[in-house]
Amino acid sequence: MTSSRLSSPHVDRTLSGVAQPFRPAVAATLRPDEIIVSAAELDLNSQLFFEKRCLVLTTARLLEFALDTAEVQKIVSLSDTVRGQASLQGGLGYLEITCENVLLARFAYTAAVEKSIEQLASRLNAGAHMRRAVAAEEDPGLSVCPSCGALLTAEQPICLACTPSAAPPPTRSLLRLMGFAQRRWQLVSLGFVLTLLATAVSLIPPYLTRPLMDDVLLKWQTNDEAVAFSRVYPYLTALFGAAFVAWLLSWAKTYVLAVASEQISSDLRNATYAHLQRLSLEFFGGRRTGDLISRIGSDSDRICNFLSSHLVDFASDVLMVLMTSAILISMDPVLAMAMLLPFPAVGWLIQRVRIRLRHGFAKASHAWGEMLSVLTDAIPGVRVVKAFAQEQREIDRFQRSNQHVLDSNVRVNRLWAFFSPTVSFLSDMGILIIWIFGAWRVSQGIVTVGMLAAFLAYISRFYSRLDSMSRMLANTQRAAASSYRIFEILERKPTVVEPTKPVNPGRLRGGIELQDVHFKYGTRPVIRGISLSIQPGEMIGLVGPSGSGKSTLVNLVCRFYDVTEGAIIADGNDIRSFPIEEYRRNIGIVLQEPFLFYGTIAENIAYGRPNADRDEIIAAARAAHAHEFIRKLPEGYDSLVGERGQSLSGGERQRLSIARALLTDPRILILDEATSAVDNETEREIQAALDNLVRGRTTIAIAHRLSTLRNADRIIVMDGGEISEIGPHAELLERGGLYARLHQVQLELAERGR
Amino acid sequence: MQTAPSQLDWKLDVTSLQLSTNSLGRLCAGDGMGRHVEGVIPIRLFPLSDPEHWIALVDENQRELCVIPDLATLAEPAALCLKEELARREFVPIVQRITWVSGNSEPCEWKVITDRGPVEFILQSDDDIRRLGKKCVLVVDAHGIRYLIPDDRQLDAYSRRIIDWYV
Repeated sequence: MTSSRLSSPHVDRTLSGVAQPFRPAVAATLRPDEIIVSAAELDLNSQLFFEKRCLVLTTARLLEFALDTAEVQKIVSLSDTVRGQASLQGGLGYLEITCENVLLARFAYTAAVEKSIEQLASRLNAGAHMRRAVAAEEDPGLSVCPSCGALLTAEQPICLACTPSAAPPPTRSLLRLMGFAQRRWQLVSLGFVLTLLATAVSLIPPYLTRPLMDDVLLKWQTNDEAVAFSRVYPYLTALFGAAFVAWLLSWAKTYVLAVASEQISSDLRNATYAHLQRLSLEFFGGRRTGDLISRIGSDSDRICNFLSSHLVDFASDVLMVLMTSAILISMDPVLAMAMLLPFPAVGWLIQRVRIRLRHGFAKASHAWGEMLSVLTDAIPGVRVVKAFAQEQREIDRFQRSNQHVLDSNVRVNRLWAFFSPTVSFLSDMGILIIWIFGAWRVSQGIVTVGMLAAFLAYISRFYSRLDSMSRMLANTQRAAASSYRIFEILERKPTVVEPTKPVNPGRLRGGIELQDVHFKYGTRPVIRGISLSIQPGEMIGLVGPSGSGKSTLVNLVCRFYDVTEGAIIADGNDIRSFPIEEYRRNIGIVLQEPFLFYGTIAENIAYGRPNADRDEIIAAARAAHAHEFIRKLPEGYDSLVGERGQSLSGGERQRLSIARALLTDPRILILDEATSAVDNETEREIQAALDNLVRGRTTIAIAHRLSTLRNADRIIVMDGGEISEIGPHAELLERGGLYARLHQVQLELAERGR
Repeated sequence: MQTAPSQLDWKLDVTSLQLSTNSLGRLCAGDGMGRHVEGVIPIRLFPLSDPEHWIALVDENQRELCVIPDLATLAEPAALCLKEELARREFVPIVQRITWVSGNSEPCEWKVITDRGPVEFILQSDDDIRRLGKKCVLVVDAHGIRYLIPDDRQLDAYSRRIIDWYV
C-alpha cells in the first residue's frame, strides 16, 4: 500500500507514490523524460521470503527496487503488447508481465499490498498514451475509497477505516467500564461518600480501647481506688454509638451501590446488544451463537456482581488500610513500620499470581463458551444426530469440551489454592511481628499496654482486610476477563459503515445499477466484475450453479456486505451514501427458510412495520394467500408462532413471510430461493402470492426452479462470479447456452417425476 | 448439475496424464486422448492431513479436470512440474517464533519470525487462531494470509504462552 505521506512540499510530486526508503534509488534511476505512472510496494521476493521491494511503473519501463541497494532488480521495457496480470489465491499473489506469450517477469506479493498492485497492473494495461495522460495529470485529485466510499486525498491515499489496523492502545479492560459508570455518576458518588464515612466510623472502636484500657481497666487491675466505675460509661456509649452509625451507613452504602451497579451492568447489556445488532452479517458468520449469548448474559452478570460487591469491598478495604496506617503511624511510628514489613512480600506474591490467574480465568471462560457452543450445535441438530446414529459421538464431543472446562478450572484452582493460605500465613506472621516488637517496647516502657491492645485490634482488621483484598484479586481478574469479552464486541467496528455525509434515499423509484462490482470473501473472489442496469419495476431472475455468487450478489444489493470494488447505484446515488436503515426500508426480502419470531401471526406479519393497522395486516395476508389458513387456526391472527408456538408447514410459513414483505411495501424486492424448500403443489400457491408481491416492484429473484421465473423480464445466468448469459427466457433458450441446458435438465426431471 | 455427457468435455484421463510448463510459465496438462489444457491450477484436497495424495487439477474457470490420487504414481517430469507449481502457489509461512504481540485484545499487532523471514501482521479476532489436530495451530491474519505452527510445544516459552492464551 502506498502509505507514504508527502514528507515535505519540495519532494517531486512524481515520487510521492513511492515509499520513502526507495525514493533515492528511484530518483537516481529515472531518466530525465521518464515520469512515474504508478508505484506499488511488494512484500515478497521471488523465493517467497518476506522482503520489502518496490515496483515502479513509468511511462516507458517497469522497475523493481530492493531495500538497501540502489541497484535495480528487474527492468522491463514497455511496449504496447506488454500486459500485466495480477492474480491472488489464498493470500499469495503473482503479478505476471507477459509479451506475446512470453513471460517477461513475475512478481510475488501477499494480499496485504494487493490493491496498489492491481492499480499498477490496470495502468500498465491501459496502454502507452493512457500512461502518459495519467502522468501528465497536474493534480492527483481526490478519489474515493473503493470499499467504503470515504473521500481520499493525496495526503492520505489509503482509507483508515478500511485498512485493518491494530487496536487503539490496549487499556486495562476494566477501566473501560468507567465510561458506563460516568452515566450514573450521582449514585456512584453518593455510594463513594457513604463508603468513606462507613469506613471512618468503623475505625473508631479500636481507637477507644486504648484510653479504656490504660485509663480505666489497668488502673482497676493495679487497685487504684481513685477510679470510679462510672468512668466506663462514656466509652461504652461511644462504642455503641459507633457500632450503630456504622450499621446504618453500611446498610445505605450497600443498597446505593447495588442499585448503581445493576444500572451500570444493565446499560452495558443494552449497549452490547444494540451494538451486536448493528454489526454486519460478516461478524455473525464467524461467531458461534452460544459464545455471543454467554457474553451478553453471564459476562455482564459477572461484571455486575463485581461492581456491586467486590469492588465496593475493595474500595473500602483500601480506605481502611490507608486510614489505619495513618492512625498507627500517629500512635507509634516504629511499631507501625514493623507492622508494614510483610506487606511488600504479599504485594510481590500477588503480582506473580496475578497474570497467571487472569489467563486461567479467560481460558476457563473460553472453555465454558465452547461447551455451550457444543450444546447449541447439537441440540437443534438432534434429528440429524439421531438419523445418523451419532449420539455417542455427540456425547463424546460434549465430554471432551466438558473435560476442557474441568481442566482449565482445575488449573486455576491449583494456583488459587496455593494463593489464599499463603496470604493467611503471611498475615499471621505480620501479627507475630507486632507481638514481638510490642512486647519489647512495652518492656522498655515506651508503649503502654492499652496502645499495644489498640495496635493489635487495628492490625487484625488490617490483615483480615488484606486477606479479603487478595480474594479481590481473583474477582478482578474474572471481571476483567468478562469485561474484555464484552468490549471485544463493543469495540468491533461494523464493516458496513454509516456514511459520514448521508443522503436521504426517501422512497426510491427502484432503479439499480451495478458498476463493475467485485466482492471478495476473505481472499476468495466471489463476484468478479458484474455490471448491470435494472430498470424500476423490472423483474430479474438470477440462476446459476450453487457457488456462482447469486446470494452474494443480492446480499450486496441489500448492503449486508459492501462491495470490494465498483459501486452499486440506486436512483443515481451510491447505496453507501444512504443511511443503512433508511435504505433497507426500501427493501423487502423473502428467504428460502422463512424465519418467524416467537409472537402472534399478526406481530410476525407486521414485523417490518409494527404500527400497521389490522386491516392492512389482513390485506397483506390476503394478498399473500395466507388469510385462508390463518382464519382456520383457533386463535386466528392471534395464534402464537415461532420456536415455542404453533407449528406451521413450510408453505404457510413462507406465505407469512411474503405477507411480511408485502406490508412494508418495498420498492426493491429480493426473493432468495423463495419456493425451493416446498413441494410443487405448495409452490403453485406461493407462486400466486408472489405474483401479487412482485407487481410494480424492482425484483431480483434467485431461483433454482426455472418455472418460478416465468414472469421475469430478464434472466441472468451467473457462473463463477460473472454474468455468463443475460436476456429474456425465450432468447436464452434459443441461444442454447448454459440456461438452455439447465432448462432441458429440469424438463427431463419434471417428465420423469410424472 | 446433472452429469450429461456433453458437460464432461473438459475432463482429462488421469492414467495418461502429461504435465508441462509453457513459455508463459503456466502449467499445462494433456492426456493420451489428445486433449490439452493450458493454465492448469493444482489444488491439494487435503492440504494438512494428506498433502501428497488427492491433488485436483482445475482449469482457469475452476472446472475440475481430474484428481490425481497419489503424487508418487506420476512420471518424473510431470511430478516435477506439478511440485514446482504447487510450491509456487502455496504460501503458508511456518511460524518459528513470536517476538511481540501488541496486547491481548484483538485486533492486535503481531511480530513473528517465520521460515520465510520476519513479518508483522494484524490479528483481527481470536477466532482467527485455531487448532488443527492435536499439535498444529493455524493463524489467519487480517488479509487472509495463513501462518502455520506445526507443533506449538516446540515453540519457546513466550510464543507458547501467547498461543496457549488463544487455543
